[in-house]
Order: sequence, then C-alpha cells, then structure tokens
Amino acid sequence: MTQTNRISAGGRIDRSRGLEFTFNGQRYQGFAGDTLASALLANGVDIVNRSFKYSRARGIVAAGAEEPNALVQLGARKDTQVPNVRATQQGLYNGLVARSTNGWPNVQRDVMSWVGKLGGNFMPPGFYYKTFMSPASMWMTYEKYIRMGAGLGRAPTESDPDIYDHMHHHCDVLVVGAGPAGLSAALSAARSGARVILCDEQEEMGGSLLDSRETLDDVAAVRWVEQTLTELGSMENVTLLPRTTANGYHDHNFVTLHERRTEHLADTASDAGFPGMPRARMHRVRATRVVLASGTHERPLVYANNDLPGNMVAGAVSTYIRRYGVVPGNSLVLSTSNDHAYRAALDWQEAGRKVVAIVDARANPEGDLVRQARDSGIRVITGSAVIEAKGTQRVSGARVSAVDLNHFVITGSIEDLECDTIASSGGYSPVVHLASHTGTRPQWDDKLLGFVPGEVKGLIAAGGVSGHYALEETLADGARAGRQAALDSGIESAEELALPATRKRRDGESCAIYQVPHEKKGLRVPKQFVDMQNDVTASAIELATREGFESIEHVKRYTALGFGTDQGKLGNINGMAIAARCLGRSIPEVGTTVFRPNYTPITFGAIVGRHCDELFDPKRYTALHQWHVENGAEFEDVGQWKRPWYFPHSANGKKESMHEAVARECLAVRQGVGILDASTLGKIDIQGPDAREFLGRVYTNKWAKLAPGRVRYGLMCKDDGMLMDDGTTSCLGDNHFLMTTTTGGAAGVLEWLEIWHQTEWPELQVYFNSVTDHWATMTVTGPDARKLMSEVTDIDLDREKFKFMDWKEGNVAGVPARVFRISFTGELAYEINVQANYAMQVWKTLFEHGEKYNLTPYGTETMHVLRAEKGLIIVGQDTDGSVTPEDLGMHWAIGYDKPFHWIGKRALSRPDTMRGDRKQLVGLKPKDPKVVLEEGAQIVLDPNESIPMSMMGHVTSSYYSPELDSGFALAVLKKGRERMGETVYLPMSDGKVHEAEVVSTVFIDPKGERQNV
Amino acid sequence: MFYIYCPYCKEHREEEEFHPRGQAHLLRPEDPENTSDEEWGDYLFFRDNPRGIHHEMWVHSVGCRKFFNITRNTVTYEILETYPMGEQPTITAETERVRKEQGVQAADGGWQTVGARPENKALNEETSS
Amino acid sequence: MSDVKEFQSRPTDTSRAESPLEWSLHEQKSLPHASNPGVILSEKPFMGQLILRGGAIVMDEAVREVMDMALPAKPLAVVSDDSGERSIQWLSPDEWLVIVPGGEEFELEQKLRQSLGQAHFSIVNVSGGQTLMSLKGSRAREVLMKSISYDVHPHAFPVGKGVSTTFAKATIIVRRTQEDGWELILRRSFADYCYRWLLDASREYGVSVTR
Repeated sequence: MTQTNRISAGGRIDRSRGLEFTFNGQRYQGFAGDTLASALLANGVDIVNRSFKYSRARGIVAAGAEEPNALVQLGARKDTQVPNVRATQQGLYNGLVARSTNGWPNVQRDVMSWVGKLGGNFMPPGFYYKTFMSPASMWMTYEKYIRMGAGLGRAPTESDPDIYDHMHHHCDVLVVGAGPAGLSAALSAARSGARVILCDEQEEMGGSLLDSRETLDDVAAVRWVEQTLTELGSMENVTLLPRTTANGYHDHNFVTLHERRTEHLADTASDAGFPGMPRARMHRVRATRVVLASGTHERPLVYANNDLPGNMVAGAVSTYIRRYGVVPGNSLVLSTSNDHAYRAALDWQEAGRKVVAIVDARANPEGDLVRQARDSGIRVITGSAVIEAKGTQRVSGARVSAVDLNHFVITGSIEDLECDTIASSGGYSPVVHLASHTGTRPQWDDKLLGFVPGEVKGLIAAGGVSGHYALEETLADGARAGRQAALDSGIESAEELALPATRKRRDGESCAIYQVPHEKKGLRVPKQFVDMQNDVTASAIELATREGFESIEHVKRYTALGFGTDQGKLGNINGMAIAARCLGRSIPEVGTTVFRPNYTPITFGAIVGRHCDELFDPKRYTALHQWHVENGAEFEDVGQWKRPWYFPHSANGKKESMHEAVARECLAVRQGVGILDASTLGKIDIQGPDAREFLGRVYTNKWAKLAPGRVRYGLMCKDDGMLMDDGTTSCLGDNHFLMTTTTGGAAGVLEWLEIWHQTEWPELQVYFNSVTDHWATMTVTGPDARKLMSEVTDIDLDREKFKFMDWKEGNVAGVPARVFRISFTGELAYEINVQANYAMQVWKTLFEHGEKYNLTPYGTETMHVLRAEKGLIIVGQDTDGSVTPEDLGMHWAIGYDKPFHWIGKRALSRPDTMRGDRKQLVGLKPKDPKVVLEEGAQIVLDPNESIPMSMMGHVTSSYYSPELDSGFALAVLKKGRERMGETVYLPMSDGKVHEAEVVSTVFIDPKGERQNV
Repeated sequence: MFYIYCPYCKEHREEEEFHPRGQAHLLRPEDPENTSDEEWGDYLFFRDNPRGIHHEMWVHSVGCRKFFNITRNTVTYEILETYPMGEQPTITAETERVRKEQGVQAADGGWQTVGARPENKALNEETSS
Repeated sequence: MSDVKEFQSRPTDTSRAESPLEWSLHEQKSLPHASNPGVILSEKPFMGQLILRGGAIVMDEAVREVMDMALPAKPLAVVSDDSGERSIQWLSPDEWLVIVPGGEEFELEQKLRQSLGQAHFSIVNVSGGQTLMSLKGSRAREVLMKSISYDVHPHAFPVGKGVSTTFAKATIIVRRTQEDGWELILRRSFADYCYRWLLDASREYGVSVTR
C-alpha cells in the first residue's frame, strides 16, 4: 500500500529514510520523523480502534498527548509488549509492530457491536451495572468477556528484557514544555547562569512552532527553534530532555519526569544498538522554580457522530500537514469558534486539497486569518456549526445549520455538505494538570473561556497555559517567566531577553460553544461524544444531572468522564460546560475535577527503576556469609539480613530436611558443642558519666550496681508499659557500656535512646553510637564449649574466675576479642566479639579445633527451639506491642523502687495494665507429643462452645523438641499463670481439636544449672 | 516528597532522609506518680490534628541523627520554619491569625478537593487552629 | 573522661583479614574491566576509622594537638592532611568521623583520650564496620545521580564536602576529598548491596573495578 495521504514536499520528516512497520497485521511504510499516528494517516488508515463501551469505529483525532482513541498495544514479541501507547506519541521505527488496544477480534468487524445494538440508541451510564447485575454470581463471567471485548491493553506475559532507572536532579529552573514560551523561558533563565532543565514530551522540541505558519525575524519560526536549541545545547548549565514528559508535580517543587530513551528506536535497547542503556528513565527533579509552559489543548466541538473516523481537532490537521507532510483526507469542512483554527483550512488548501467550507459559530468573524481564507476563495458560513457528521466507517458529509447558542437551538434550514474530514475547534484549554497535582484549584477565565493554573508556590505559568495565545505574547511571557524564575532562585541579575520579531496578527474574539444543538431533542439526538476514550456522551451527562448528581466529582464517577489514561484532556471542559448548562450554573460554579499524577501513563519499569531483581531490597550479610554459603546453609530473612536458618547435611545424594537438620543441631548443642553466627544482633556503644543513669531510665530493671566485667539482661518498655525490645548490656568501664538489641530492633532502639536523650534529658552526659557492623559475634555453646574455647584463647576460663554473666577480654584465635558468658540456649555459652574484618579467621580456627568435638554450626531455627525450651522470649514473636513485662512473668526484671521514674513504669499501674484477666505467657504441652501446635492457633477452654467461641489466647512459639521428643509451645493465655496444669483446647481449621496442658514456660533444666557449669 | 531544612546540617534535604516523630512540644509529666490515669492517658495517646498550622518533631535519621521541630501547614504542606530542639516556634496558629487580621497575605493553600460550589466555600475555608 | 574501656581490636597479624567487600569480590571471580571505562571503582580496605563525639571546642583542641589538624567547624565539611591519608569529617554538631591509615587508629584513640582528659566525650572505633570505596571516571557523577538524591553538581558539592545520605535503599557517606572523584563510605553489612548497585548503574558507561 502506498502512502496515499503523503504530500510530496514539506514537513519535518526525512523522505530519504523509509521505515517499515506493521499495524494489525498489515505492513506499511513511513518515514523517519513520523509518529505512528502520522504514518497511519499517511497510509489512509481510518479506523485505529473500537470504542470502550459502544464498540464504535474510531480514528485518530489529535496529534499529541490528548489523543483519546489511538491507543495501541506495541511490541513484536511476547516480552516486549507495551499496552496503551498513544500512536500520536510513539516515534516510528523500522520493524515497529502495533495492534489496536480495543477491538477483539478485529477493528473492522466487531463482535461487540451487539452490545451497542442491544442498548439501541440508549446505553446509559451505569449500563453494565444495571444490566449485568443479576445473578450477582455471574458478574465475574460477564466482566471477563466485557473486558476482553473492551480491551484495556494487555500486560506482557514474559519478563521485560529491558532495564530502567532513576536519576536525581537539582536545578534552579525547570522548564516544562519546549514550545515558544518554554524555549524563551529556558533561554532567558540559562543566559543568567541559572541551572536549567528543559523537558518536552514530543519527539522533537519546538511545540507549536514546528507547525506554525508564522515567521520569527522574518524567517520560518522553526529556524528560531533550531538556533535556540543549538545555543541551549552548548551551555554547560543546561540539561535538555527531549521525549520527556513531566508527569507529576509534587510537594515542594518536586517533579517527576519520564524520559523515553530507546522507545522510539526499537522494541528493546539491545535491538536499538544500545545494550545496557535504560529503555526509559524517571528523572526526579527538585527545582527551585518550575516554569510551566505546557501550552493548550484544543477543544473539539460536541456534535452528533463527532467520533466517526475523519473527525479531528483543527490544530491536529495543521500539525499533520505541516509537520509530517500528511493530509488526512480529501475534502474538509472546518467548524470553529475562533480565528486560530482557520489555519487548518488554509494549510489544507495549500496542500492542494479541497476545503468545502469553514463553518464559524460567530455571526461576524473578521480577523486576519478569516480575511485570508475568504481571499483564498474558501466559503465561510457564519453563525453556524456542524451539527452532525454523516457516514458509517468514515465521515462522508457534514450537516450544517445556523445555531442560536443562547437558547441552545438550531435556527433555519440544514445544509448537507459532502466531505470526508471534519475539523473542529471550540477554543483552547490551558494544560493546567501539573499545576493542579498538589491540590491547587485552577481559575476560570471568562475571557479565555478556559481554566488557568491557580497560584502555586514556586511555579510560574508561562505562555499558552496562562492564557497568552498570540505568538509575540507567548514568547514575551516565556522570557519574563524564565527571568523571574532565575531571579527567584537566587541568581543575582538576569538580563531581559531580546525577542525575535513577529508579524502582528489580528485575531477576532472567540465565542463560547461546547455542545452543539441539534434539530432532534434529548435521547433522539445521535450520540454526541464528550469523552471518546470512556465513551461518555452529552446525553449521559444530562442524564447524570437529571438523576441528581450535582457535584462534578459525582458526575465524573457516574459517567466515567475524564477517567483512565485520558484524564479528561479533550473532554473535561466540554463535560463541565454541559453539566453547567443542565444545572443552570456557570462553569466556574461547577468547577473542575481533580487532576492527579500521572499526566500520561508511565511504564511500571520506569517507576521501579533498578530497584528490582537482586537490587529490589538490600540484602545484609555478616562477615561470615561466605562460609555459610560454602557450607550449604539455607537462609532466613530477618529484616534485611540473610541469616543461616539451618545447615542441612547431605549424604548419598540425600539432603536432610529442615526437621532432621534442626533435630541434629539441637542435640549437638545440648550434648556437645554448637556455634551460631549472632553478628546481626544490634550493638550500641554507650559512653559518658551519665551512661549508667540513662540505662536505669530506659530499662525496667536496675543498673546502679552493675560492676565492670559484668553483664545484665534488660527489658525496654515504651512509656505505655509495653515491651519494645530486650537484650544484654555489659558494663565495660564505669562510664562505658555495650548494649545489645534484637536484630530487627537495632535501628529503632538507637533512635529511641537518642529521642529521650535529645528531647527529655539533654542534661545527661552520654553518647550513643552503633557498633553493630564493627563487631562480629559468634556464640559457642554446649557442654563442650569450655574445652573448645580453652584451645583457642588465652582467657582463663576457670568457672570461678569467668562466671556466668561475666565478660572478659583476651585473644581468640590470635585476634583480640571480648568474650561474654551469656546464654540464649540454656547451655554453657561463650559469645565472642571480634572486629568483623578478622571474624572469618576466628570462625575457621574454631572449626579447625572443633572437629574433634563435632562442632556443629546451627542456624536461627535451632536457636529458636533451644531458647523456647528455656522459656526465653523473642520480642515481636512472643510479644506484639500489647504485652507488659508482668504479663511475661518477668517481675524480677522490674525495678519498681528505682529512684527515677523510668520509661513505662507509670503505665504499669494504669487500670488496663493491672486488669486481672490479662493474657500471660505460659508453656503448653500437647497431650499428643507428636503434635506441634500451629503458631497463632487460638486457645479455648470449652471445645464444644458454639461459634463464636470465647478465645482465651494464642500460641506464640511452637516447635518439636528433640530432647523432650515432643511438641511444645509458648502461648499467651488469659489468667495463664492461674491455670497451671489445666487442659486447654486448640480448634483447628480442619475441624481437629488439639488438647494441651498449661505448664511452666521452662521445659528444660528448670533450675538453670547447665549454663552455670 | 517534602524538602526539609535541617537546622543542624544547615541545608535542605530530601524527605527520605528524615523520619517524622509526631506532634512536637509534648511534655512528659514531671511527676508521673502523682499524675492521674486520665492525664497519663492523654500524654500517652492523645494528639492534636489541626487543619492549618501544626508543629511536628522530625529526626534527620540518615544525616546528623538530630531531632528538631517543623512548623507545617497541614493544608498546603508548606513548611514554614524548622528549629532545633529546645526552641519555640516563631510562627503559630495565633501569629497567623493576627497576620491575617492585619491583612497580610498568609501562606495560601490548595485544596485536596477542587470544584466546590460557592455555598461550600465555608468547608474549604482554612481554619487557624 | 576516665572509666572507659579502651580496646585494641586489631590483631598483630592482619594477614587473614577480610574486608566488607571480600564476599562480593570473591563471588565475582573476575573483576569487571571495560576497555574505556566511564567509571572506575576501587575499594580502600582496612582503614582506621573512629567516631568522635563531644563539644567542638575541646575536640578541636585535641585534634590540633594530636593530629595537627583543625576540626572541621562548618557543617558537612571534611578536611584532609597534606598527605591526603588522614581526614576528619563533620557528621553532626557533636560528631566527627576520623579516617587514618589502618593500624593508626588505636594509638590515635589513646592520644586523643589523654588530650581530652576529663571532658565529656566519646571515641568509638568503627574500623570493622565500614569500608571506603573510591568512585572515579568521567561518568562518576551520573552514577551518583542515579543512586543518591543529594545534589552532586560541582557547585553544590565542592571538594571538601561530605554528607551522610540515602543511597538507593541504604545509607552511605559520600565525600569529595580530591578534585577527581568521590569517596563512598559503605556500611559493612550493606557493602555488597551498594557495590552491586554501583556496578549496575555504571554498566551503560563501561566500568572497571581495581583492587
């Protein structure tokens, strides 16, 4: 197929570089510089989609981000699929493959048209909910087919081969939009020396100047664009970001930009010849000032059948002709409310095709362009509008009538004009979206007939978006804004920009016209579309107001006006105008709905950046990680840490199960010696004359008499009396302590100490510093621990000299170490701290000597079993923020008589914390030793009680104990300590009920003799 | 994403470097033993939630680890000042009310819901408490 | 201040020491080597690193006496000695990071303690907890822009500045002690994550890692 609509010269395409592409399975040719949309129009492709709800044939309407219909599914392969790409924003590349987003099974013949027929001329808002409501159970089935029929783009089914990333920027001035205002703003700011970023969403910078009929300094405006970009590009303080959409404007002038880096070149960066380059990039810009130069979107008129292929907005017609050398039809009728749109007819005629008529809603238009059109012999019909498009698959004619806009009726007779294209313009809507993202209300301007941005701190609107439409005004406003932005950002002086000379053009006043009256009334009017992407018609909005939806936000949600990827770019103002007319109010009284980020859809890849796969979240490793990997450890995530979970043995090709490995590891510790990498425990170095006093205030127990060389277990509560962390703290010197915290609590505890020090007790002389990463910690534990340790250390391990809860310093395996005699297993234990850089040599030396003792590495699972057998809690597992030390039976660790009012003390005497029926920590022994209760299982006293049963507590920790050869558990149970020896019941979801006896939390060595040997 | 001036580092930093720690200028009762359960409950659990000027405590957690206070407009999200621990704000709901009465343009704000009808204006009026 | 337990945590024989990046570099088998690298990474392992806490005035006197260097008085400042091997960095109004060649840290701590006498201060050895990474090359700044939200433009980040900030989803110290290139201080347990991130972010520019 040849490019029937391509004219032989003109435009910014490169006719020497032909490109092949495929659309809906058909091969076409285009040129370098085309968008997919311009190439489709060049090839005479009328229908690009089926509409969302009514399944009507739809063609290309616009030329930019506001395009509502031409959504395509891009990508040649399963793994390169991109849904919902606007053909108008997709640069053409060789080998591009695209399909219509909507229109299963194909766009030409449509299975879904029965829906439209079934609804006849009347398919109201809420149709789907009203029609497919019953039976409710069938909705899922209906929905599946409705969605398949509507087609909302398909997610790729294979992993994306491309990479994406983020980049952070800071600048004095961010200019959004590189049209006339943006360019002059950027130039003005840049010449003052400010750090400037200029971004523009199109394939090429220049905005409206790229298809302008006007001259600057007496040469084509586009020459000035080229000059300006060359100058900006050469400046060290300027960053140019083409193909970059400013998608979100956030608090404190934080703007997210989405840059398409290789999307216009090929399916993937590799295919484009740039392997390793991100396909798209999210720029995160903190700008001192933002100049918003986003221009305007032209409003189409709302007349009957205005969605037939061949209906376009007037400016798009000019863009396709002048920028892409494509005339999207043969004979044109233009329906307009303003002078500027006359360009479309002039461009059309100059391209050598027929202009049937210009239909102007104004009674007496008389601007320069109007005169020019008349001089060129174009018929101008005044006081009139196109009231209906004729045709089935494409426009075949326009019905034109005189209209009385005040009374919203047609007057006089209807004339039928033959044409295949209808261009319309109802005026221009400033693109206020970004300025509204932080919640600022746009302001209605009666003269402009549009909303302009409201006051936003740090943002300056310039050019079209602030209502400056004439070229000389746009340029001047941009220059002013750029200079002001530079000065506001702290630049000391900025010169006024000398602007290129423009030829003054006199434009007449526009008139306010949105929906066009029709000779029929109400529902008999053929559909007049307001929002084409969401298939919202004028009558739907009328119906919504009749049904009582008065707030524009409700009208929006009832009709779907402005939903989806469109976000109301073309339709919003027309929709509000219709709602206002129906409600008898003015447009500003009705107001606008909220525009939210993102302005146009963004690929998830760009949002994720490189925070995916192995970089999704930090993985924290201890100094011994390599050994664990080499020795076959299975790992458990503890916060961001990777901790060995258990070390399965393999023999004869068979690997131990977790149960087998844990049983072996447990017995090794109970009967021989085991070793644990405990480096992840939080460690805080505390120095200062008031360190001891401070500890007394943040821990529940007493610290006044802890001597250097001794260690104590401490409980930390919040001021509500609930346990927040626990750990041991060692007295290193009278003014020097080493606090340990839980692995997950490390950062929180340090911040907790700081907040109390900095905000409540700044007079206390004490400093806290994290030493978690400096020290590696290894726990050697079991009856043989002393024998093993004596082989590798010069510390005197005599039981009288190095007692339980002492610490000593010395050398272990030739490395200076602090060794702590504390135990989380109930066995004899030495916790060795060495500087992390030397941890591996200590660990390996221990294994060299430990072989004869069968030194067994164990992981977190075994650690859990061993500590639970001893009734030792894990904060966050056995507690949940609603548990006091008293609930845990830890009265011994509460210093009620301490002189200072420590954190949590007062709350322990509140009525709720003193309640008699609080849940208390107990042990549970299942009557059937083979049962390992489920953690989280609820406890009841009467298994036959009807539902809802009275739940008395739940299991917090539960394991199999190899030593007891039985399951056992810790649980919190109402009045638990009064229930020792009682039987409780645990009903499970499968109907089974487990029986368990309430017992002490200490299952092994109740007197604690083993750790004291 | 806020851009927050750290009064210790003496420059603006991205919000991701900070943690919010709730209402500022809370006082732990001096003598908890002689504080009623109700007063203690108020101290523990009850916080202000004003529309307009609010004072909050934040910590520059990945920077200097210092706590400080922020005066913030909860409607516009504008940060009006930051000041170190132990100092008092210079901008309060009261000073803003006075400024408004004197006809000074106060920090103006956006509204999360746009499109109110005139009769709904009262709902959108910024209150200074 | 007395009654603080000094502790030399460095053994006499350091031949078997493993830096925080040992695991990452070991796993990689061969180090990345681009022909024309835009980014060059190299670890400076086993430096002596101390955190000083205390009042600026007394601390300044002590470091002048012991190190013949002035304490950086301005926020976010980092000063180096003439050799460039020793540096002091402002971390907060009462906190500084001192980096010296590995092995000097314990003696330095002892001398500082002696000099500071009965003042209220704290000195903490963190040499095992973090490591230095040098980041150089024509595209080094862009790699940082991909990784941290802090402004690394030369106007905003001159030589002599250092900040503690967010790096991807971790925390890092970034500093410029010399004109050509950056120093990153990585926390031990996050070092592998940061290193992998740097390699990934540098890939499009070509990256070499030297030891």
